[in-house]
Amino acid sequence: MDFGPYLLLASLEGLVTAAVLSLTALGLSLVFGVMRIVNVAHGEFFMLGAVLAWAIATPIAGNPALGFALAMVCSPLVVGAMALLSERLVLRRLKYEPEATIVATIGMLYIIQQLALTFYGPDARAVQAPFDWRIQFPWFGYSGYKLSVVGASITLMLLTWLVLARTRIGLMLRATQYDGETAQAFGIPIDRVYCGVFAVGAMLAAVAAVLIVPIQQAHYLMGLDPLLLSFIVVIIGGLGSLKGTVVAAVVIGMSDGIISVFFSPTLAKILATLLVAMVLVYRPQGLFGKAVR
Amino acid sequence: MTPADTTKRVLMLHAGVIAALFLAQFVLPEYHHGVLARVMVLAAYATGYTLLFGYTGLLSLGHAMFFAAGLYGAGLTVYHLGWSPPAGFGAGIAAGLVLSVMVGFVALRTTGVAFMIVTMMLAQAVYLASLYFGEWTRGDEGIVLTQAMRTFEIAGATIDLSLPDERFNAALILYACSLLICLAVVRAPLGRVMVAIRENEDRTRMLGYDTFQAKLMALALSGTLSAAAGASYALLFGYAGSTFASIHYSIYPLLWVLLGGAATTLGPLIGTLAITYMIDVTSGFTSAYLLLVGVMLVLLVLWSPNGLLGALRDRKLAWLP
Repeated sequence: MDFGPYLLLASLEGLVTAAVLSLTALGLSLVFGVMRIVNVAHGEFFMLGAVLAWAIATPIAGNPALGFALAMVCSPLVVGAMALLSERLVLRRLKYEPEATIVATIGMLYIIQQLALTFYGPDARAVQAPFDWRIQFPWFGYSGYKLSVVGASITLMLLTWLVLARTRIGLMLRATQYDGETAQAFGIPIDRVYCGVFAVGAMLAAVAAVLIVPIQQAHYLMGLDPLLLSFIVVIIGGLGSLKGTVVAAVVIGMSDGIISVFFSPTLAKILATLLVAMVLVYRPQGLFGKAVR
Repeated sequence: MTPADTTKRVLMLHAGVIAALFLAQFVLPEYHHGVLARVMVLAAYATGYTLLFGYTGLLSLGHAMFFAAGLYGAGLTVYHLGWSPPAGFGAGIAAGLVLSVMVGFVALRTTGVAFMIVTMMLAQAVYLASLYFGEWTRGDEGIVLTQAMRTFEIAGATIDLSLPDERFNAALILYACSLLICLAVVRAPLGRVMVAIRENEDRTRMLGYDTFQAKLMALALSGTLSAAAGASYALLFGYAGSTFASIHYSIYPLLWVLLGGAATTLGPLIGTLAITYMIDVTSGFTSAYLLLVGVMLVLLVLWSPNGLLGALRDRKLAWLP
C-alpha cells in the first residue's frame, strides 16, 4: 500500500480512537470541572460498561443489533447507578476533599477491577457489532460500524453541549462549576448536582465502552489505558474546560492512532506522558484553556 | 513530661523495636523469617514515603519510580557491569537521589491534585521506559541476579546475600538506618518546617522559611530512602522487574502508611507488616487480594485517616514521634 492510503487508514483509526476517547474524557472533565475532584476509578466505570455490554448482549439470540441496542441502554444505566451509590456512600462523606477523594477512588478502582475479574474472568471477549457493512475505498474496505461510532460520538457530544448551554440543568451545572457556594446561596441544590454529575460522568464512560466493545474486546484490565488517556486529554485541554477537552481528544486520539501506526507505541506513550507532566507544571490551565481567575 | 523525658522515651521505643526485630530471627520459623525480611525492606520504602506524605503533606502517586530507580540502579550495574553488591547499592542510591532532585525541580512547582498527577505521569514514563529498554531490563520478565553476583567480601569475610540469615540482617540494617534517619529528620528543624508546610504553607513562607527548598529536601530524602529500599530489594531477593515500577507499587506505600499512621515513624512498619500478613492469609483461600487492598483504602480514608498509630497518639500517647 502507498503512503497516502496508509495515512488515510491511520487517520480513520485515529478518528475512531478520538471519538471514544472524547466521550470518556468528557465524563472525567465534567466531574473535575463541576466537583473539583479527580476520579481515578473513571477507567473502571469504562471497563464495567464494556463488561456489562457483553453480559447483556451475549445471551440474546437473533439479530445482533437487538442485543447491542439493549446493552447500549442498560449498561450505562447500571454503571450510572453504581456511580451514584459510590458517590452517596463514599465521596459525599469525604466532603469531596481532593486528596481523600483520590485515595478513595483508587480503592474503588481496585474493588471494581477485582470484582470484574472474579465474576467475569480473565478472558477478553467481544460483542458482535450490530451490523457489518463495509465502506469500500479505492484502496481498502473499511468497517461501517467504526464510522458509525464516530457519528454516534459526535451526536452525543452535541447533545451534551446543548444540555450544558441551553437548558436549566446546564445552567445549574455551570453555576456550580463557576462558584459552588454562591450557587448554593441562589438556591441551586449543589448536593444533587454533584451526585448527578458523578453518575453522568460514569455513564459517558460506559457509553463509550459499549461503542468500543465490538471493535476492541472487553477485558477486566481494559480501564487503565482510557483512564490515562483521559487524564492526558483533560489536562492538555485545560482542567474543567469542555471545549478544550474535545479539541484535545481529537488531537490526542488522531496522533495516537497515527503515531502508533508508524512508531513504537511504547515510545509514543512515554513522550505523551512526559508532555502532559510538563503541561501541568508549566501551563496548568492547559494548552487551549484560559488562565484561572 | 519534660522534653528530655520525651526524648528518652522516644529513643528507648525505637531502640526497643530494632532490638525486637533483631531477636525475632532467632525465634521465628523459617517461612516467617523470610517474610519479615521482605517486610523490613518494604517498610524502609514506606518510611521514605511517609517523610513526604505524612510529614510534609505531599501526596505522591509516583514513588514507584524512586523504588525502581534503586532497583534498576543496583540490578543493572550488578547484572550487566559485574559490579559488587555494595557498589550496586551505591549506584541505586545515586540513581534515586538524582531522579528525586530532578523530579522535585519539576513537580514541586505544582501543588495539590496537580502534584499527584504529575508524579503519577512521571512514574508512568519511568515504568514505560523500563519496558521500552527491554533489551537490558527484560521488561516484565525481569532480570535475575544469581547467587554469585550477590556475594562479596568485606574485611576478609564472605557475605552471601542470598542466604536467609545474611538477608535478614541486611534488611534489618537497612530498616534501622531508614527509621533512625526518619526519626532524626523529624526531630530536626527541617522536620518542624516540613510539618509547618503540611499545616499551612503560606504561613510558613510568611514566617521567612524557604518552603520550596524544604520541600525539595523532603522529596530528595524520601526518594533516596525509597531508592535504597529498591536497591536492597534487588540485591537481597535477586530480582528486578518492571512490576516494581508499575502504579501498584506507588499505591502500596500509601496504603501501608495510611494503615499504620501517616505522620508516625513506626507506622510504616506496622502498616506493612499488617497488610503483608493480611494478603498472606487471604491468599490462602482467595486470589482476590486486590479487593482487600481496595476495601482497606476506602475504609481507612472514610473512618481512620490517621491510621493505627495516629489514633493511638490522638487518644493516649501524645509523645509518639
